[in-house]
Amino acid sequence: MTKLKILLAASIVLAPLGAETTVIRNATIMTVTKGTVKGSIVVKDGKIAEVGEKVMEPAGAKIIDAGGQYVIPGIIDCHSHIAVDGSVNEGSVSVSSMVDIKDVINPEDIAIYRALAGGVTTANILHGSANAIGGQTLVLKMRWGRDAQGLIFEGAMPGIKFALGENPKRAGNPQGGRGATTVEARYPATRMGIEDTIREAFNEAKAYKAEWDAYNAKAAAGERLIPPRKDLKLEPLKEILEGKRYIHAHCYRADEILMLMRVADDFGFKIRTFQHVLEGYKVAKEIAAHGAGASTFSDWFNFKVEAGDAIPYNAAIMQKYGVVVSMNSDDAELMRHLNTEAGKAMRYGGVTETEALAMVTLNPAKQLGIENRVGSIEAGKDADLVIYDKYPLSDFAKVQKVLIDGNLYFDRDQEVTGRAAKQAEKQRLLDKEKQEQQRQQPQRRPGA
Amino acid sequence: MAVRNARIVTVSGPVIDKGTVVLRHGLIEAVGENVAVPPDAMVVEGEGLTVYPGLVDGLSTWGMPGAAPATAPTTAGRGGRGQIATTPLTPATPATPAAPTAPAATSTRVRGPEDRPATTSWVKAADEISPTDRRIETARSAGFTTAVTFPTTGIFAGQGAVIDLLSGQKAGEMVVASPAGQYISLTRGGGFGGGGMGGGFPGSLMGVIAYVRQIYLDAEHYKLVKEAYARDPRGMTRPEYDRALEGVLESKQILLPANRLVEIDRMLRFAAELKQRAILYGAREGYRPEAADLLKKARVPVLMSLHWPEAPRDANPEDVDSLRTLETRDQAASAPALLKKAGVQFAFYSDGLEQPRDLQRAVKKAIDAGLSRGDALRALTLSPAEIYGVADRLGSIEKGKIANLVVTKGELFDDQTRVQFIFVDGRKYTPVVETPGTGGRGAAAEGPGVNQ
Repeated sequence: MTKLKILLAASIVLAPLGAETTVIRNATIMTVTKGTVKGSIVVKDGKIAEVGEKVMEPAGAKIIDAGGQYVIPGIIDCHSHIAVDGSVNEGSVSVSSMVDIKDVINPEDIAIYRALAGGVTTANILHGSANAIGGQTLVLKMRWGRDAQGLIFEGAMPGIKFALGENPKRAGNPQGGRGATTVEARYPATRMGIEDTIREAFNEAKAYKAEWDAYNAKAAAGERLIPPRKDLKLEPLKEILEGKRYIHAHCYRADEILMLMRVADDFGFKIRTFQHVLEGYKVAKEIAAHGAGASTFSDWFNFKVEAGDAIPYNAAIMQKYGVVVSMNSDDAELMRHLNTEAGKAMRYGGVTETEALAMVTLNPAKQLGIENRVGSIEAGKDADLVIYDKYPLSDFAKVQKVLIDGNLYFDRDQEVTGRAAKQAEKQRLLDKEKQEQQRQQPQRRPGA
Repeated sequence: MAVRNARIVTVSGPVIDKGTVVLRHGLIEAVGENVAVPPDAMVVEGEGLTVYPGLVDGLSTWGMPGAAPATAPTTAGRGGRGQIATTPLTPATPATPAAPTAPAATSTRVRGPEDRPATTSWVKAADEISPTDRRIETARSAGFTTAVTFPTTGIFAGQGAVIDLLSGQKAGEMVVASPAGQYISLTRGGGFGGGGMGGGFPGSLMGVIAYVRQIYLDAEHYKLVKEAYARDPRGMTRPEYDRALEGVLESKQILLPANRLVEIDRMLRFAAELKQRAILYGAREGYRPEAADLLKKARVPVLMSLHWPEAPRDANPEDVDSLRTLETRDQAASAPALLKKAGVQFAFYSDGLEQPRDLQRAVKKAIDAGLSRGDALRALTLSPAEIYGVADRLGSIEKGKIANLVVTKGELFDDQTRVQFIFVDGRKYTPVVETPGTGGRGAAAEGPGVNQ
């Protein structure tokens, strides 16, 4: 038992937290911002200290020999729903901005570890798309083994999910007929209604903001007043109006993308990213002009009518028009091979290797406003690094090691060698339970 | 009434190998080795018997009409999207004849927090007691003389009461202390585009948390406005009376559910954010060292479910549980010993168990996993009394305290031990023969929402 505990503990946090100095040697380093170099990376105090062909190796540093291997910046997924306890949708209302993913982080979701094993070090954890205005979102680092607070990307701007099209209007059209649920229809049921819902919410938020601004001004002037009622639904919308919260908007069709940008212009806020944005290639110029990012799939579409007019060239075309483009997963499984999703952008649309890699590293970092911390391999940035055995933008590449803040959070060798012991422990517990049940059986039914 | 020549386990003091307890007017008049039996006393010969303080169920629905067993359901622990907690709010089979406790807060569709969904914070258990609840007699036969009983329907279910498990008395006589805190549950069904149970907000765990947070913000604001109005009503719009907020404001402590380590961490932070004195209930993963550390640091007491997790019966043999689930079933009962060692204040609660044999087995399991007999007894007597602030009248055999006693032949919690008498408020009861046919499991174990 004790042996296993040690083993489990070891596999949870592979490295001590007070990060040591590490040197990754002999690697092919794809920095994203400074080209590809063959050389070493020095990691100190959780940050990248030096990158280059020749580096000053500090005495006593831990050496990782990555001969013949590749290092890329940790992959960033701009759209994920892992690590959430309970439903990712507060689907009862069309404006669910009062709920916050931060309240339901589940640091023990195995999907975190699996994402790590796919090279993901940071993910934007979003509320679902059941509502025109959804819940509050946040950025996590995949620090497997840490508690909920330990996962939070310190200082990253919080976000909120918006959703357009079929999903948010679906609850307005509960299916009738046999076996229909008795759930009452929820406004809106159309795309027009979605626009109206968003406008109404921001009208409310503007009035709310005015009420608070007036109060704050009077209070600052020394007047003693009862503050207005704090409304958790309107607080995040007020933050949007104040530029303190990013909007990540789920969308597919060109018309709804244009609609949301018009609404944003009317109320004076910005859309930070369009998510999925499968028809983005039709309105790339307008998206670029608004200053929004686009986070899309490589070739995942046709799963419903509104996702039908999609092409695999979407990412490349939007990028050509000057949009910051990323590839996201929206899925715990796809999340494990975002490197190949980036690779597909090279095949479809012919973006360069660096541009493709940027779509899962630097670009999502820009979209989340964390590019000063992560997204490329540069001195001063967080030591979030992934070591692959082969060329990373390929199906054949396997993640060997993942570092976050300079700490080793995934090690393929340790994972593989540790499996036998975990399996044995599982079998031991199963056998023990079986024995226990057999022992109690006769007591329970005394020959009745 | 006096029990003489018995072994007396006082809990608060040393064990008296041979002594006498004198009861009068429902109170303990005297206890000790050399206490004289008053001439007018009815004498119970205690030779070969042991006297313990009456057991206290730290979180109960005994005496609540039509109540579900108070459990701390767990949210989905693994997997990515779409996992929802599905524990129903109401039991499939009420343990007692149903009575109208759940006001129609959810009968019309709830649009948002302003409709105060699933909230009956003003309901007081003390006002709802059903003295004819058959579970009272069953539980008393297991040695329970007291229960801290709560309404458990809804998110803010209502306020508990410490009650003595009397039979044939008026409900008011049973109440020892009220209110005992607000019972909060965080479970509602929900899903994509649909509402929760009965429709409407909130339909997800994060929705429930947001709702609870909004209620406390509203309560704080309500208090400010009311106070201002009380100071000078002239020229001020009269604040609307809100019974939901009144109920929240008068609750001096809250009970929050937390089974998994992640939930313990989450609820400790939540309680601190709400600035409420909290008690956590459930604590299934209390065996994990991090849990004890967190609880110790936060100085929050824990109510531990005696309904230890078990392998599901008739499970699909193809389904193999995760290592964590297996580990939890293997080690859950070691939590009390570990919490004790860490210095965390804890008490046990029945969590749907009520048959004496089940309760005895459940406590024995914790003892076998390292908890001392004395500490097991304390977790069912003085500790719950301390947690609810009634240790001045309950929880130990001391002069002046309420005359709640259990008299056994043999050590309490042993397999062969039989309860001989139970004294509640000085009234003597004899245990009923255990209801046959339950197969040694609590009736509620088949119901939904139990600790599994």
